[in-house]
Amino acid sequence: MKDFVMIYRSEPLGEIKLTPEGTMAVSKEWENWIGGIAAQNKLVSPGARLGNEGRTVKPGNVVTNGPYVEIKEMIGGLSIIRAESIEEATEMAKGCPILNVGGNVEVRDVIPMNG
Amino acid sequence: MQEKELIPQLYRTEFRKIAAVLCRLFGIEHISIAEDIVGDTFLLAAETWGLKGVPQNPAAWLYTVAKNKAKDFLKRNTIYNEKVSPAIQRTIDQSNEIEVDLSTTNIKDSQLQMMFAICYPGIPPESQIGLSLRILCGFSIDEIADAFLSNKETINKRLYRAKEKLKEDKVRIEMPPDSEIDKRIDNVLTTLYLLFNEGYYSSSQNTILRKDLCLEAMRLNYMLVENAGTNKPDVNALLSLMCFHASRFDARIAPNGELILYEDQDTSLWNNELIVNGEHFLNMAARGNLISKYHVEAAIAYWHTAEKDSPEKWEKVLSLYNRLLVIEYSPIAALNRTYALAKVYGNKAAIAEAEKLDLDGSHLYHSLLGELYTGVDTKSAIKHFTMASKLTKAAAYRKVLLKKIEKLKSK
Repeated sequence: MKDFVMIYRSEPLGEIKLTPEGTMAVSKEWENWIGGIAAQNKLVSPGARLGNEGRTVKPGNVVTNGPYVEIKEMIGGLSIIRAESIEEATEMAKGCPILNVGGNVEVRDVIPMNG
Repeated sequence: MQEKELIPQLYRTEFRKIAAVLCRLFGIEHISIAEDIVGDTFLLAAETWGLKGVPQNPAAWLYTVAKNKAKDFLKRNTIYNEKVSPAIQRTIDQSNEIEVDLSTTNIKDSQLQMMFAICYPGIPPESQIGLSLRILCGFSIDEIADAFLSNKETINKRLYRAKEKLKEDKVRIEMPPDSEIDKRIDNVLTTLYLLFNEGYYSSSQNTILRKDLCLEAMRLNYMLVENAGTNKPDVNALLSLMCFHASRFDARIAPNGELILYEDQDTSLWNNELIVNGEHFLNMAARGNLISKYHVEAAIAYWHTAEKDSPEKWEKVLSLYNRLLVIEYSPIAALNRTYALAKVYGNKAAIAEAEKLDLDGSHLYHSLLGELYTGVDTKSAIKHFTMASKLTKAAAYRKVLLKKIEKLKSK
């Protein structure tokens, strides 16, 4: 088994207004998504959701606002899972709730960072 | 009371008290001697009481005899063996008289300390449970063998190896310092949890023994709650979990030993007092920020004590199983999550999730699929129930499965 990271991307959701029921439904979807991976014993880390506040630091002390630059997409969060191959990990990503809001999942293999 | 009934009863209540005090006094290297001395004391009681009648205060009689035997051992051991623990050496030097303290306080302290010594990660879990049953609960080797569906010889060997290992690693009989308690208590709780499960889920047909295992796990857990230094949120959470589970003990096993599934249970047989206690300990567990797997499992068990079916109940249960699986994976949690998923999103959605689980060798997996296919695809349901009945080792459970197959076939 190898570790893969799933990077959840979508357009900034700030504009979309959700009713309380809608918010509940979305968080349930995500809970079931993570729970479903954990039930297969393939969850390495539920990872984290990322907020809308952000800065980007560039060479020469240049700091720009926002977590994204030109692209309209931003990273909404990430999780680490375990799978036999990139193909299996990709197959698993097909159930991700980010797809329901027009977002996408980037699946990448994880290489441990030493030191 | 006749001594024939009295002695087994005293054995159950007093063996563990004297054993813990003597173990602590003698040190980890002499657990077996402590056990032998208590055993001999009861043997002598059986002989003497039969001839001369039962003494006025039988427990006090046992304590006195055990004390004298312990003193004899210590004297001999000091003379012939210089390796006796410095603590005992000191007491003997000071007063020339050995104190064997069988006061209530010292009994309790000794039992708690022994609990930490026995729940030592260096010995396998089944040995920790076995030793706990022997030393902390005063079970006979026969009873332990029965509980583990094993034989006397295997259990004796297992306990012997465990005691050797404790000796080898010089495990100390003492309370861990406050700074280490949280870490060490984890292991104690794991052992108590396994001990409880051994009773609750064991395939042993001996219903009374199984109930005893559960009650012993609860008693030991309660000792930790009563003691200020160990009265932690997760300790309360585990006790709460045990109370909720135990509340269904009488409803889940038929008089003939057959297992009654949750949805078929007579709720009037649920023990309300235990449910109330479970709620109390769950509240006590809510102090602090820590959420352990015991918290989540206790919350799941709490929802199972609620009135039979409601959409809210199963949504909560599903959400809690999602959480539990993120904290710690276990096949049983994965299966239960899928069952809850079926209750919320329907059987077809749950079948799709179940098929991802890769638990083909588990009878519970096939039994779940049998359940999910019931009403969706009778042929598949029969196929999975049949698989489950072939895989299970528990006769009581096989009966339940065969009944289900019969019912499906007659439709």
